[in-house]
Amino acid sequence: MAGERTVSSTGILGWLDQRLPVTDFWNKHVGQYYAPKNFNFWYYMGSLALLMLVNQIVTGIWLTMHYKPSAADAFASVEYIMRDVPWGWLIRYMHSTGASFFFIVVYLHMFRGLIYGSYQKPRELVWVLGMLIFLMMMAEGFLGYVLPWGQMSFWGAQVIVSLFGAIPFVGNELVQFIQGDFLPSDATINRFFALHVIAVPLALLLLVVLHLAALHEVGSNNPDGIDIKKKKDVSGKPIDGIPFHPYYTVKDLFGAGVFLTLFAFVIFFQPTFGNLFLEADNFMRADPMVTPAHIAPVWYYTPFYAMLRAIPDKLFGVVVMGAAVMILFLVPWLDKSPVRSIRYRGPLTRIAITLFVASFLILGYLGMQAGSDLQKLIAQICTAIYFSFFIFMPIYTKLDKVKTVPDRVTMHEH
Amino acid sequence: MAAEPVNHGRRRFLTASTVVVGGVGGVFAAVPFLSAWLPSARAVAAGAPVSLDISKLAVGEQLVVAWRGAPVFVVRRSPEMLSVLSGETDRLKDPESANTAQQPAFAQNEYRSLKPDLLVLVGSCTHLGCSPKLHPKAQPEVWDDQWKGGYYCPCHNSRFDLAGRVYNQSPAPTNLVVPPYRFEGDARVIIGESEGAA
Repeated sequence: MAGERTVSSTGILGWLDQRLPVTDFWNKHVGQYYAPKNFNFWYYMGSLALLMLVNQIVTGIWLTMHYKPSAADAFASVEYIMRDVPWGWLIRYMHSTGASFFFIVVYLHMFRGLIYGSYQKPRELVWVLGMLIFLMMMAEGFLGYVLPWGQMSFWGAQVIVSLFGAIPFVGNELVQFIQGDFLPSDATINRFFALHVIAVPLALLLLVVLHLAALHEVGSNNPDGIDIKKKKDVSGKPIDGIPFHPYYTVKDLFGAGVFLTLFAFVIFFQPTFGNLFLEADNFMRADPMVTPAHIAPVWYYTPFYAMLRAIPDKLFGVVVMGAAVMILFLVPWLDKSPVRSIRYRGPLTRIAITLFVASFLILGYLGMQAGSDLQKLIAQICTAIYFSFFIFMPIYTKLDKVKTVPDRVTMHEH
Repeated sequence: MAAEPVNHGRRRFLTASTVVVGGVGGVFAAVPFLSAWLPSARAVAAGAPVSLDISKLAVGEQLVVAWRGAPVFVVRRSPEMLSVLSGETDRLKDPESANTAQQPAFAQNEYRSLKPDLLVLVGSCTHLGCSPKLHPKAQPEVWDDQWKGGYYCPCHNSRFDLAGRVYNQSPAPTNLVVPPYRFEGDARVIIGESEGAA
């Protein structure tokens, strides 16, 4: 018969392989995907992010079985899940605490990319796709936080949707367009539900597939920032590479075990994490007539929120906050250093990254606070440091002294 | 099959015109999907005017009523409250209410109201929509040691005077909105429609 593919597998797998590239796919992405052998702690974060994505999708599906997306019923249906649905509390806390853990893991994943120069050529697109994932996650987290229709849901929605009102000329109309009403209402929660459970997760999944496809095309970076494809053995395999399976599947399984233990501890004993993961005001039903005394977003938005508040002008504040996220997309083109990893970079880059991380953490703290004049000043200074990190990156990365990068990856002795 | 010469120009034209016609169709097909996000007929109908009895509203006190789901503040200001409005206008961003989008024409005056004493405001901050709180007394406050009475927004520290005019240094860009309203006798205010234009 014409067109029969010759495959090395037999039996059911052989039958499948002739019709679908099962073995090819496995080999390309897992079995014969050669990753550098010197991965360290930071390289757990990617697989953990994938784990949390699965956690959010699975628990999310189960939550939609009991949740009611309407202004009248939403709050009560979440309390119903918490009190009356068998194990509902666990599934809900796995989802709400899971969102925070997802962001912890992704922030660490981004930090890893930053210190090891994993965005440098040829991995620019891996970084850009990752940033799009981050952007989608921020949208997803916001939409999800509105759904329980507590006080923070309502007023958070009010504040965030109002950000679009800062856009000249079309602002007010755009706000009504997003809300489907003159204020966050039944129409708003209903469409946010649609976006949160269908539109954004589909986009997220697609982006994750593209992120991994782009990564596997160019190969993984490593803590030394060395291109392992330059040194290959006679069979054409990178000398410093090991197949993802079984080496990194086993490593990542261990990481997942430790991570899930921590995750379970927080779910069981500190599900709201002292107001950080779920705010106390959100256990009160939304009241459009009364604004809570203190409005702060969930911790993963607070650095950007602090920048918004630091600017005493509505439009400029919104622009600065948007730019703070968007400027991250440009990192692959701002970094002019000839080396990737921080291990072989000079003092300027190390100082810059330290200041950047410090300003980001301080902003994150300030974004949770009520905001005195002193705090506003500190937030303004930190905002300036945050942007300086990017704006001056082409200069300090070029001026910085660099060490000689070895030919082969470095490893501790075992 | 006989090798016919391929007319590339014709192919390009047909492909391009198909794309253009399909694109135009796509734009029109997007209209219903985008329009479905606009406030529905029900939401618009629910935004109808509301009527409020103000006969029992005492001097210096505030009533809050929901209009289009948002709080509307109605305050009967005392003569002392009105007297501070003419002072310290240099601390305000828009003391003359020059921004006509923030109030109907009838309220573009010193008191930003139809009757001098009765203040009607949409109670949502022009910064990010939180509801400012009335702190009517002229006394030093944490946010301003020369506080003359007015509205303070707890979300981002925006401050407004007793006519809803925004102070400098507030993140809110504009004065609080005065909704269209009219009186029915002395005891009723209709919020959501003004005299003449219904």
